Amino acid sequence: MLRYTTDHEWIDVDGDIGTVGISPHAIEQLGDIVFVELPDAGSAISKGDSVAVFESVKAASDIYSPANGDVTEINSAMLDDLTSITPDRARECWLFKIKVADISDLDELMDEDAYNAMIA
Amino acid sequence: MSPLETSASIPAAVSAAPSDRLGASPQAPFSSRHIGLNDHDTTSMLATLKLPNLEALLDEVIPGAIRRTDEMSIGAALSEAETLAELQAMADRNQIKTSLIGMGYYGCHTPPVILRNVLENPAWYTAYTPYQPEISQGRLEAILNFQTMVMELTGMDIANGSLLDEATAAAEGMAMAYRAHRGKATIFRVDPDTHPQTITILQTRAAPIGIELEIKAPSAPYGEGVFGALISYPGSTGQVRDIRPEIEAVHEAGGMAVVATDLLALTLLEAPGKMGADMVLGSAQRFGVPFGYGGPHAAFFATRTQHQRSIPGRLVGVSQDSGGRTAYRLALQTREQHIRREKATSNICTAQVLLAVMAGFYGLWHGPEGLTRIARHAHKMASRFAAAMQAAGRTIRHDIFFDTVTVEAADDRDVLVAAALDEGINLRKLDGAIAASFDETSTDDMLQRLIGALGGTGALDAPSGIPESVLRADGFMRQPVFHKHRTETEMMRYMRSLADRDLALDRCMIPLGSCTMKLNATAEMIPITWPGFANIHPYAPTGQAEGYSEMITRLEAMLADCTGYAAVSVQPNAGSQGEFAGLLAITRYHSSRGEGHRNICLIPQSAHGTNPASAAMAGLKVVVVKCDDGGNVDLEDLKAKTEANRDMLAAIMVTYPSTHGVFEEGIAELCDIVHAAGGQVYVDGANLNALVGHCAPPQFGADVSHLNLHKTFCIPHGGGGPGVGPIGVAAHLTPFLPGSPLDGEGAVSAAPFGSAGILPITYAYIRMMGNDGLKTATASAILSANYIAARLRPHYPVLYTGRNQHVAHECIIDIRGIQDRCGISNEDIAKRLIDFGFHAPTMSFPVAGTLMIEPTESESITEIDRFCDAMLAIAGEIKMVEDGHWPADNNPLVHAPHTADELLGDDWTHPYSRQQAANPEGNRQANKYWPPVGRVDNAFGDRNLICSCPSMDEWEAAAE
Repeated sequence: MLRYTTDHEWIDVDGDIGTVGISPHAIEQLGDIVFVELPDAGSAISKGDSVAVFESVKAASDIYSPANGDVTEINSAMLDDLTSITPDRARECWLFKIKVADISDLDELMDEDAYNAMIA
Repeated sequence: MSPLETSASIPAAVSAAPSDRLGASPQAPFSSRHIGLNDHDTTSMLATLKLPNLEALLDEVIPGAIRRTDEMSIGAALSEAETLAELQAMADRNQIKTSLIGMGYYGCHTPPVILRNVLENPAWYTAYTPYQPEISQGRLEAILNFQTMVMELTGMDIANGSLLDEATAAAEGMAMAYRAHRGKATIFRVDPDTHPQTITILQTRAAPIGIELEIKAPSAPYGEGVFGALISYPGSTGQVRDIRPEIEAVHEAGGMAVVATDLLALTLLEAPGKMGADMVLGSAQRFGVPFGYGGPHAAFFATRTQHQRSIPGRLVGVSQDSGGRTAYRLALQTREQHIRREKATSNICTAQVLLAVMAGFYGLWHGPEGLTRIARHAHKMASRFAAAMQAAGRTIRHDIFFDTVTVEAADDRDVLVAAALDEGINLRKLDGAIAASFDETSTDDMLQRLIGALGGTGALDAPSGIPESVLRADGFMRQPVFHKHRTETEMMRYMRSLADRDLALDRCMIPLGSCTMKLNATAEMIPITWPGFANIHPYAPTGQAEGYSEMITRLEAMLADCTGYAAVSVQPNAGSQGEFAGLLAITRYHSSRGEGHRNICLIPQSAHGTNPASAAMAGLKVVVVKCDDGGNVDLEDLKAKTEANRDMLAAIMVTYPSTHGVFEEGIAELCDIVHAAGGQVYVDGANLNALVGHCAPPQFGADVSHLNLHKTFCIPHGGGGPGVGPIGVAAHLTPFLPGSPLDGEGAVSAAPFGSAGILPITYAYIRMMGNDGLKTATASAILSANYIAARLRPHYPVLYTGRNQHVAHECIIDIRGIQDRCGISNEDIAKRLIDFGFHAPTMSFPVAGTLMIEPTESESITEIDRFCDAMLAIAGEIKMVEDGHWPADNNPLVHAPHTADELLGDDWTHPYSRQQAANPEGNRQANKYWPPVGRVDNAFGDRNLICSCPSMDEWEAAAE
């Protein structure tokens, strides 16, 4: 189940594990990414918390958690080559995985069609 | 500074224009030198706008309801000669003594080669902040030299390109340590032997954000909740001690160690970086920059790699250009207020670049061994003084010192101070003691006279008492740049070669919107290097600075007159500090009325990023107000946000004319809405150049403003500072103006009058323009902006306009449509303008994908037309791309700017000619500017951060 927030994060849920990233549209808007800060694996985070940061040379964007839960894994491999963060690789460039405390939290998020309509 | 003083009279204004007075100067009025347009130009530009005269233009542009109801009383203009004579008379009333007061300000010799080629050279002082790196490589290299020197002396990993003064640098260090702890601890320990003005500024900055200061020896045991400590090394009263145990103690308590130090001392003392410091800061003043009664001087700030993304202020880094050449540019800009807004690491924008450049040149002129020699001299003088005082039966407070000796004088302190003064020497007064700080200007004769005056019998030779444990163990500044420019010939040529790489106002118009790059006239600049203004210590007895007092009192009164405010304080030494001081005045006012709970600050979307950053520093919570489609503050949204926060509303911060370059019709209503809810109105004075003489902010509802003297009032930008940001306040806020950093409340700068040394520039400007000149300047700036808008409109949409489709003193052209159609961006146009010999307009502020153009009143119609012609030629090139004649990825725009290297190369693979690239239509070859580098790759530099000069090894490798 793939859902989007109004802040351009996506979360793809499999069981109670959600994989979180930012949308191709958001990556395109930021431009060349020069710095990414990820949350600590194992940390407990709450919905709406600023948990990660994306920076380009001209913009900085806080990434907010779409759900309550614990961070189970982070994509530190992505940090090795920031030039690989491009709109067409938005799914590969996931940020972290979260064990979602309450799946119903995601009900208010948008599906892909609704998100695409929002950014159109 | 007090409101009463600002009512002091200005010398009786002459009643007629200078040329009409009997025996008046035969010179043309200064206003005709300052304003770029003569009557004929004005008439022809008005004709383009189909208007009969300037008054008609102002009637069409400025909403009638906010026109100023009274005249300024600046009076008639003086000539340049008359103004210089008036200032000379004031300078003569300042008494120049030998000041051994110390407290972070020391005597020094400005090397004449630096004085003439940098401080007095418009190629350096008229440059802007190096946002456009391709035309700024010279000053970027000079700042990189400064950063490298600071890193070497402090032993730290990374240093920024300067801060405003030592006291605010300490406050930035405190805030950085606090943020690192994410608010989990709230106590900041401060070494009691810290310069008193630094402690005051820390107090001002700590309270609003919930930090508690604990003024207690750094060696004393720590309790819970400490996030950092400031350690002074050497101490303010001179003590040098091994600070390693203190740094360890702070670390054990879970805090960061912030060390305030002195660059000259560090040539002899162990580097704080080697001793474990997390941040190191101080003033670089004694590296060749005069006292100036308090400033401007460059503060420095260094830290460790792991904190580099939190460092405040501008940072120069190394990257590469489109051809793979080494190129410099500002690094990690996402830390800064213009991007992060209320989450920024600091509200600082303008720093002290010109002074940092001077200090860097001082470092490479003397080199490490020359600096060490100067340090040994100061130390030797101090040691001989201490020995003589001990021989005279006096007690020395600290056995180990660098350049400052504190002598106990419980019973006769004032007698000693008076005796020294009889010899023309100022000492520092302490509780039951005196202190003397020696420097490179201290002479044997002075020392003998001082010792004699204090009851000694002559200087004694004394060995250095600095123990091995704190002596510097290794060398420093080994980079080639610090060893290659020791003869004046080499030095002069190096400075010239750097200046030649840059575009400053001495070469072309700098049409930067919101920056007001107007003339910095020579007559305004000359007095700042006169000894009568340059050589006074900020804490010299006030009786010695009567000339300054008079000049500042008159200037504050004139600025109050220009803006309509009841009183003005010149203390804030940058616009950002003015914003903070103004918001502080508002919060202190609310508190005084028992409404200290008001903590909401409304800020329109279009605001400059400094506004929300300043609000956060003042402890206010930012609520953003929307703008409507016309770019105006959305008054319905304002009403809703005001209503929702009615009981908590502290203020609104609004820029007028707006950052969109428009005289908004709703400004008076906006002020009424906020006042009705108990809030105060802060009007950001960034755009005051559109108002002087014609509108007065308090008359339409403003309670406080900061003025940017480096915009509206001719202080040069210096390549990114100095700036001066006085605040003007309405009568009810006058008790809350910043007080003295020694004994007042709400001080925001290290010195009582901030950067007093450059205030004569503004004083001279106002006196030489007079009432009428100032009013004509405003009108001419508005005329030129509207003329440009009219000429460009057929080719580029003008984004926002006010009544009658006019703009204010600047205009925004929208490039987003062009980008959508053919991929050419505002950046491509900005870089292409370099090939035409222009500095770009402001890019993507306040709206992404746009260019904002501000000509100011100082540009001639010839230069304005040259700019418009270049923009039209570029529009033609864009059409070539749009029509498919040139590919979107291979045309003169996307490859701009073109370097000589590329043009002379053997392989030319572009579908346009070399001639088209370098000398497009209308470009005057004789004045051709050759960019030293092609387009700079910002992303590469931020991904691979390097902020220092190449080392010997790297330099040799590159040379091979």
